[in-house]
Amino acid sequence: MIWNKEAESMRIGERETLQIERLKAILRRAYKNVPYYKNRFDELKVKPADIKSLKDIKKLPFTTKTDLREGYPFGFFAVPRKEIVEVHTSSGTTGKPTVSGYTRKDIDIWGEVVARALTMCGATKNDIIQNGYGYGLFTGGLGVHYGAQRIGATIVPVSAGQTKRHLDIMQDFGSTILTCTPSYALYLTEAVAEAGINIKKLKLKAGCFGAEMWTDRMRDEIEKRFHLLALNIYGLTEIIGPGVAQECDQKNGLHIFEDHFYPEVVSPETLDPLPDGEKGELVLTTLTRDGMPMIRFRTRDITTLRREPCKCGRTLVRMDRITGRSDDMLKIRGVLIFPSQIEKALLEVKGVEPHYQIIVTRPQHLDEIEVQVETSKKLFSDEVKHLEEVKKKIEKHIENSIGLRVKVTLVEPKTLPRSEGKAKRVIDKRQL
Amino acid sequence: MEVKQISLFLENKKGRLSEALDVLAKADINIRALSIADTSDFGILRLIVPDPDKAKKVLTKSSFTVRESDVIAVGVSDKPGGLASVLKLLTDADINVEYMYAFVEKSGEKAVVVLRTDSISNGKKALKKAGVTVLSSRDVYGL
Repeated sequence: MIWNKEAESMRIGERETLQIERLKAILRRAYKNVPYYKNRFDELKVKPADIKSLKDIKKLPFTTKTDLREGYPFGFFAVPRKEIVEVHTSSGTTGKPTVSGYTRKDIDIWGEVVARALTMCGATKNDIIQNGYGYGLFTGGLGVHYGAQRIGATIVPVSAGQTKRHLDIMQDFGSTILTCTPSYALYLTEAVAEAGINIKKLKLKAGCFGAEMWTDRMRDEIEKRFHLLALNIYGLTEIIGPGVAQECDQKNGLHIFEDHFYPEVVSPETLDPLPDGEKGELVLTTLTRDGMPMIRFRTRDITTLRREPCKCGRTLVRMDRITGRSDDMLKIRGVLIFPSQIEKALLEVKGVEPHYQIIVTRPQHLDEIEVQVETSKKLFSDEVKHLEEVKKKIEKHIENSIGLRVKVTLVEPKTLPRSEGKAKRVIDKRQL
Repeated sequence: MEVKQISLFLENKKGRLSEALDVLAKADINIRALSIADTSDFGILRLIVPDPDKAKKVLTKSSFTVRESDVIAVGVSDKPGGLASVLKLLTDADINVEYMYAFVEKSGEKAVVVLRTDSISNGKKALKKAGVTVLSSRDVYGL
């Protein structure tokens, strides 16, 4: 099933014409209404009128998360604030959150792209969609919500967490589609097993999983345990939220809804555009968003674009599963954090030396952070009780600062690698 | 003179204990008593040695995290109930024992118990008042 056959299976040449028209229009609006873009374009001596073909996009400046932060909160809005009907923000753990503003039309577009995504997972108006993405400032919950409503499916807004509720609803309501992070899906499979629920009695047929990096191995595991089709969804707050791209049942990459979001892959080092088939950083430009146009936004996500035809009948370009990030940011249980934030919190605890290492693992399908901290004379005590208190104090302080629970382990002084230029602060043992 | 105990932080890593003991051996420091408190990821080695200052110096030099603290050493008759009676005294005086360990002196008549109470001075006072032999550093180091 294809939600919007006209848009998703459009002839490629025709779509390119549409893209360039839309690009020109959004550049004009961005230049006229957002001082940030005007200044950046002027600095580079480029005018919206200079962009005559899609290839010309490389003349335009990039936009980064840091740039967005400078415009906090509403500096990137291209319409009067009263036209904005909804805002979402990033988690804000990396500093000021980035704000995303939507006009009524933007919300419509969001519903449209998520409807396409859910349809790829097999959703129709006959389905019951159990939504395990968080509702609130996070885009996951409401994004899926709007898409489900567009289709006319029955949405059950359970939100994140609440495992017991999820299990009850899954059984009692006969939910047919599950939407949540893949790690939470795996966690749910275990909870189902522990509760002694007969998987064959569940009606789940598909899952729309995303908001974090995962692997084909994880997919196999979820599919085997839950007896459903597990597909990958991609998106980010700055662009719109979930629904930028979605995997179809061919499982050979995620179709980017490129009539709304124009993708490029660039080298993270030189920032030069890379040809299709080459791995690099994904850069996205919104083509239709009124409230907050994003021009060449650097996602920091590493992927490859592929244009070989897909058996599903869609002509939309595909991107590979995200395999990493071009900065040292970590995505832990869906939350983006910089190791430096952990460092900052750590060093606020009295007596802690700036020697630490962060180890990320995924032991039971959920990400865990261990922070190894060297003991110092000031921290050390001859009593276990006191050392345990020191550990807890550091754990608590980090949790309060970054919003994530970490496990602190005390190690001996001078056993962690020292900073010689670039210290290896983070060891990511998750197999992705 | 107070009885000094040397304690050091040990990461839960193979060979780490023997490395610490090696440092002491090389410095010609004899160990009178020791105990290890272990948790899932670290341990604390506690030692009574004749020359705590020297032990602290050589261990610190070898990058161990070392601490010197006061403990109470008491002589307890080496027979059933010897230790129980000492502990009862402390309980009655509302004094908490953080940790303790014991060893038997060479003659074999008395056991020496090393105690860390929440307040060392109160602990000592209570014990002395009840007539328990509180050992001096000289008594302990020279054992």
